[in-house]
Amino acid sequence: MAHSYTPGLTVTEQTTVRRRRMLSLPGTVLVAVGETVRANQAVARAELPGKVYPLNLANQLGVAPDEINEYLIKKAGDPVQKDEILAENKPLIKWFKTEVLSPVTGVVESVSTITGQVLLREPPRVLELLGYVDGLIVEVIPHQGVVVETDCSLVQGIFGIGGETWGEIVIAVTAPDEVLSPRHFTDAMKGKVVVGGSFISSDGLARAKEVGVAGLVIGGIHDKDLRALLGYDLGVAITGTERVGFTLILTEGFGTIPMADKTFTLLSAHAGQLASISGATQIRAGVIRPEIIIPKRITAAHGSATMPQREGIRIGDQVRIIRDPLFGKIGEVASLPSDLQKIPTESEVRVMEVRFADGSRVMIPRTNIELIEGA
Amino acid sequence: MTIHASGKIAQPLNVIVATDCGSTTTKAILIEKVGNEYRQTYRGEAPTTVEAPFEDVTRGVLNAIAEIEELSGRKILDGDKIITPCRDAKTGVDIYISTSSAGGGLQMMVTGVVQNMTGESAQRAALGAGAIVIDVLASNDGRLPHEKIERIRTMRPDMILMSGGTDGGAVTHVVEMAEYISAAEPRPRFGATYKLPLIYAGNKDAQPQVKKILGEKAALVLTDNIRPVLERENLTPARDKIHDLFLEHVMQQAPGYKKLIEMAGAPIMPTPAAVGVIMETIAKREHLNLIGVDIGGATTDVFSVFDGLFNRTVSANLGMSYSISNVLAEAGLANIMRWVPFTLDEQTLRNRIKNKMVRPTTIPQTLDELQIEHAIAREALRLALIHHKSLATALKGIQQERTISDVFEQQQSGKTLINMLKLDLIVGSGGILSHAPRRVQSMLMMVDAYEPLGVTRLSVDSIFMMPHLGVLSTINEQAATDVFVRDCMVYLGTCVAPIGQGKEGERCADYAITFPDGRVDKGQLSFGDLRLVPLASDQKASITIQPAKQVNLGAGAGVSVTREVQGGVVGLLLDGRGRPLQLPTEHDARVAMLTKWFSAVGLYPGSDV
Repeated sequence: MAHSYTPGLTVTEQTTVRRRRMLSLPGTVLVAVGETVRANQAVARAELPGKVYPLNLANQLGVAPDEINEYLIKKAGDPVQKDEILAENKPLIKWFKTEVLSPVTGVVESVSTITGQVLLREPPRVLELLGYVDGLIVEVIPHQGVVVETDCSLVQGIFGIGGETWGEIVIAVTAPDEVLSPRHFTDAMKGKVVVGGSFISSDGLARAKEVGVAGLVIGGIHDKDLRALLGYDLGVAITGTERVGFTLILTEGFGTIPMADKTFTLLSAHAGQLASISGATQIRAGVIRPEIIIPKRITAAHGSATMPQREGIRIGDQVRIIRDPLFGKIGEVASLPSDLQKIPTESEVRVMEVRFADGSRVMIPRTNIELIEGA
Repeated sequence: MTIHASGKIAQPLNVIVATDCGSTTTKAILIEKVGNEYRQTYRGEAPTTVEAPFEDVTRGVLNAIAEIEELSGRKILDGDKIITPCRDAKTGVDIYISTSSAGGGLQMMVTGVVQNMTGESAQRAALGAGAIVIDVLASNDGRLPHEKIERIRTMRPDMILMSGGTDGGAVTHVVEMAEYISAAEPRPRFGATYKLPLIYAGNKDAQPQVKKILGEKAALVLTDNIRPVLERENLTPARDKIHDLFLEHVMQQAPGYKKLIEMAGAPIMPTPAAVGVIMETIAKREHLNLIGVDIGGATTDVFSVFDGLFNRTVSANLGMSYSISNVLAEAGLANIMRWVPFTLDEQTLRNRIKNKMVRPTTIPQTLDELQIEHAIAREALRLALIHHKSLATALKGIQQERTISDVFEQQQSGKTLINMLKLDLIVGSGGILSHAPRRVQSMLMMVDAYEPLGVTRLSVDSIFMMPHLGVLSTINEQAATDVFVRDCMVYLGTCVAPIGQGKEGERCADYAITFPDGRVDKGQLSFGDLRLVPLASDQKASITIQPAKQVNLGAGAGVSVTREVQGGVVGLLLDGRGRPLQLPTEHDARVAMLTKWFSAVGLYPGSDV
């Protein structure tokens, strides 16, 4: 039964992470294996093909599709400027002349004599892929991207919004159970990653935006404030592309929940250091959790980039309860009874006994706890 | 292992291990031949391991099977290998089979010429093959050409199905769509290096042009037109091609699936396709009209068979864990709150739903939490059926022959095939229905969500094994049937629901139930009543209902009806709450009404009858 447990979030002082940086379409890799890169440095570049504009020339000229080649001024592959003549007919009386102008600047991609369509493509757009973390290039995937490795401290959150960014860590509260209020924000926090305690209200979020923080790391928020921030009700937890002015990472969940001591202590120990953060969350095929990566000094020597694989849960492991009525409480595994037990809903489930710091013990369904992982 | 072309296994199968790799958990069951019949004996489950850090679906499969090993004492695994065939009474299994919906299932984009004709036919073909349809593009869908191209470019489907035009008809529109797809240069979701599988099932006259335009850019497969003439759909060839390409291309790219395919003794089926096989089999065998539902963590699949016509839809973002927050977004807070029998402030409910979304594997630990999940499930089920009704329709756009008697009955072509009065059976499956602590909870969730009319039987999948049995039926029908009848299908009972509305306490119908022992139970059902009459699974009773004059039981307003009804583990549910079902809008009155109904059927602990 050791296999039934929820893998937890990692909070660790020392680990090695590898981040695969991939272009969304083939391009050029700008760095080589062994090079050190900065978070804001371009590591690869690609040209995103321009938008396509179909134009039905046969209709516009009033001719059959298989005749359009006769009327084309520009052929497939030719560059074309906006409002330049693409095709024209040759009437006997010039008053009846029809000219078809290009609606965009680009190239004539193709001409179809079956449908009478011409496809025009706008010039490509250059996409730059940044390093995201300060680290070492350990692999180059030709034309596609790189793998950056860094020795770092790592904190995974439970949920986030907003994409990749970086900034100096600032601890805005004195304790993990303190609410982060508008008065905690100062202008000096512009462009920084601000760490709060148990909760931030909609006023606090507005103030963070006003100050221009790069990121916010907090125990919890109310769902209604998230809705107000996004402007819509989030249906499924697939995030990372939101633009709300900063990247937001929740370490515990929704509601007022003190940040785990371990998380708060770790982040506090790194106040003033540069962190790369991402709010991207995918709780669906391919779980992605938001993360705070605090790189150490870059060295050529690097350890194993993989996390040790856990075999299951053990007595003494630190766990977080992730469902009401004790949501957010942290304790350690006291025992792992193997028999199914009936809980108040009358379901018979596998449980574990959790011991809290005050010595009290409680039985919790195993699926309702999460390991706090990382040394 | 010898598998004939028919898919049937040559050697005898006595021990079978089957898994379903779901989006959250991998469920394994052991089936053994006991005497002359097959029985499901043990089950195990483990988290699905498609994602990092494992990125290998077989890890979860082996973990789930390891649980069966522990429980059964049978040695099935030899390291990372499944021991096949059986070596002795306690070692190995004869075959391993599996279904899969992990990794987001099979995500398809379909195209047609006319949206509600070939577009819908293509959608039905893809859905019937077990896919999630992420978009339907059609020449007349209202989007500008460059918007269509942009959409194809950004969606990254696993596969595209193209349809359009009848055989011998105009080719222009379907060729135009091929040009758009070509311009978009679509790329598959998994794997940057392989070509996107694309099935062309449109006007056969356009095949050469489509081949010319897309032959180089996609892994193009040509098949029969899904709408050869306007009046007829021909979905099977396209569905078969989808299955083939799913195995050949898509599954090869998902993490660990190459290994999984090698481990399995029969082709891996998409989970919904396997459940569909079972639903169709039940309907055919018993000559029933049925609605089946599989409510999962991410999606809700609805299946229906009416007059032999099979349909399936998937509501991709209605589910009880990953998509739970979307149920709230689509149904609205008020619709969920109407099923909660206590006072709860909006903020708490919203936060709880979001916390379930971010930690999808948790289970309700308190009664309040269970009741909230059941409230959300009712709405997910209701919305998914509305979606299904809109797609399970007769063919649209075809001429109907009319007689003089039809003059006053102006019906549009393409009306829904779902007729709740003709419905014989509702089959529920999926965690929240299969694992409800009391079976009556599953029954009432389905009754509240679907509002069956007249007399309808209900059942649930005992422990969620329909996908396993669906794939099993393709290799050994007897084994699948044995286990289905004996271990899988749990008949809950029959719901009798008169159509009509009235004031609470007003007479709805008089009834007389004649039990097998000759005992007769007579009574009056008033509006607002919900009554549970015990009737065991193996018992049948006869019920005569005399509805009030404005009330209908299918034979007309005020017309008496006599029917034979089958019992179940819950019994006979007399539902006098009226159809359509209306709940009081005022909070206290609504809570009082729910409390009355819930205690009338002993729905939760503390409300026992």
